[in-house]
Amino acid sequence: MTTLNIAATDSATMLRRRLRHFIRYPSMTVQLAGMPVIFLLLFVYVFGGTLGDGIGGMSGGRGEYVNYVAPGVILMAVAAVAQGTAISAAMDMTEGIIARFRTMAISRASVLTGHVLAAMLQTLFSVAIVVGVALLVGFRPNASVVEWIALTGVVAMVTFALTWLTVALGLVSQTVEGASNLPLPLVLLPFLGSGFVPTDSMPTGLRWFAEYQPFTPIIETIRGLLVGTHIGNDAIISAAWCAGIALLGYVWAKKLYNRDPSH
Amino acid sequence: MNNAIAVTGLRKAFGDNVVLDGIDLDVAAGTIFALLGPNGAGKTTTVQILSTLITADGGQMRVAGHDPDREPDAVRDVIGVTGQFSAVDSLLTGEENLILMADLRHLGKAEGRRRAAELLEQFDLVDAAKKTAATYSGGMRRRLDLAMTLVGDPSIIFLDEPTTGLDPRSRRAMWQVIRQLVAGGVTIMLTTQYLEEADHLADRIAVLDHGTIVAEGSSAELKRLVPGGHIRLQFIDPGHFEAAARIFSENSRDDDSLTLQIPSDGDVGSLKALLDRLERESIKVGELSIHTPDLDDVFLNLTGRPHAEQER
Ligand SMILES: Nc1ncnc2c1ncn2[C@@H]1O[C@H](COP(=O)(O)OP(=O)(O)OP(=O)(O)O)[C@@H](O)[C@H]1O
Ligand SMILES: [Mg+2]
Repeated sequence: MTTLNIAATDSATMLRRRLRHFIRYPSMTVQLAGMPVIFLLLFVYVFGGTLGDGIGGMSGGRGEYVNYVAPGVILMAVAAVAQGTAISAAMDMTEGIIARFRTMAISRASVLTGHVLAAMLQTLFSVAIVVGVALLVGFRPNASVVEWIALTGVVAMVTFALTWLTVALGLVSQTVEGASNLPLPLVLLPFLGSGFVPTDSMPTGLRWFAEYQPFTPIIETIRGLLVGTHIGNDAIISAAWCAGIALLGYVWAKKLYNRDPSH
Repeated sequence: MNNAIAVTGLRKAFGDNVVLDGIDLDVAAGTIFALLGPNGAGKTTTVQILSTLITADGGQMRVAGHDPDREPDAVRDVIGVTGQFSAVDSLLTGEENLILMADLRHLGKAEGRRRAAELLEQFDLVDAAKKTAATYSGGMRRRLDLAMTLVGDPSIIFLDEPTTGLDPRSRRAMWQVIRQLVAGGVTIMLTTQYLEEADHLADRIAVLDHGTIVAEGSSAELKRLVPGGHIRLQFIDPGHFEAAARIFSENSRDDDSLTLQIPSDGDVGSLKALLDRLERESIKVGELSIHTPDLDDVFLNLTGRPHAEQER
């Protein structure tokens, strides 16, 4: 077998291992999907009436607001799984079996790849639930089949990037508590972007941050695919951000995993 | 080159704490080598370095002809490791753990399942095969741990305190497995705190203390390093104790417990002479025991400290 073949086989094995963990303890998966659903309901029913009327060009109140907020909540679901991945990676590293993996001739990073691939499936599950609930509360996307497929691709791309980063965060934090706190900004970023209100309603400093932070172009891309707003450069900017974050996360996570545990 | 493991001048320090201070080891292929030492001697550190888990600070090493620091994957290909602490996936069942190993060893699906079933049988885990390892007792975990190590048939196996925490029956079963493995041509390096275990199993024993090897050899060779055995007499009456102490002038006495230790290699002739003498002098002995030198004596002799044998 070639090195690449071995890497693929071992990563698939590690993915199966993670999926077994999910099946055995489904509460984490359910909880990670539940969090964005609660935010969706909260925003739509508590704030939606007012926000929907206030958003430029809209006048439809709650109904319009569901359409505006769904992309941000989808990204929130991605971020929640990414945060969960930091925690499970940190917990996994305390398991004795990791020491065994290190003494076996397996593709070195495959344990980490297993975490990332499993997180991608977990995200698709979460996003499906979020979209389902959104549809129930009045979300009316006009996406074509191709756009739905593209959306799945975008979600997968973002998850891939963010979870490589959070796997690294999980490895760098010495405790499980640290692993749950470090990625917290990720969950907040959709709020500090165009996820819940348009950025031009924000004060200057915050607006500047909101327009240039990576989640805004990603949200705009998702929004464009779902409800047909203008995407423009946002797709390419999103792809560039994801490539950068994925590379950083991968290199960092691998370096952390490879460090001599005795140092 | 038929040494499975060859080590010279191995050094390792954690900060200022020098844990291995230049140790030399040679393990012939197809033999059992025991690294014997008390808590903190450096046993686990040695195993971790040789099994590519951590790197050494200095020294030459060869495991199956490869340097663990420079060619870790070549070493990993041929070794199996059962560390001191359980290395099972506690969220998976026993069977899933074994199949995970088979997959990572690239055995193929059918062969992996066959091997897993065989090992579950061999390690008496068939009934627990479908239960998660988190629910296993310490002994079951230990057995699963070793079973996982054997998937893929490694030719050199490291066992770090394989029987610590096992009950006597499980310990004997583990010894049996270890002997079978060696009979099949595998090389085993194990660590233990139990002198009895090293004595029973190992072809060669190295005594490790504070990061240096204080003695190395077969169990018989090590026993030869210490003065011969003795006969131990325990008295009930202090007067008889004093009388006996006068007759057998070459003795070590313990006044508190009224015991005398008289040097003897334990042969029947000298034992009979001793009993006759006691008879003639009308000295009554409470209890008599014959003590041939064991590894405990070796340890005491080599390190100047008794070996703190732990409760099992
Ligand atoms: N990762 C580490 N960082 C710092 N010190 C360490 C580390 N690992 C081991 N040590 C120290 O090295 C020394 C030897 O430890 P080691 O685990 O090799 O002993 P051992 O012979 O296996 O003992 P035991 O019988 O208790 O398992 C101890 O003083 C220990 O504190
Ligand atoms: Mg140890």
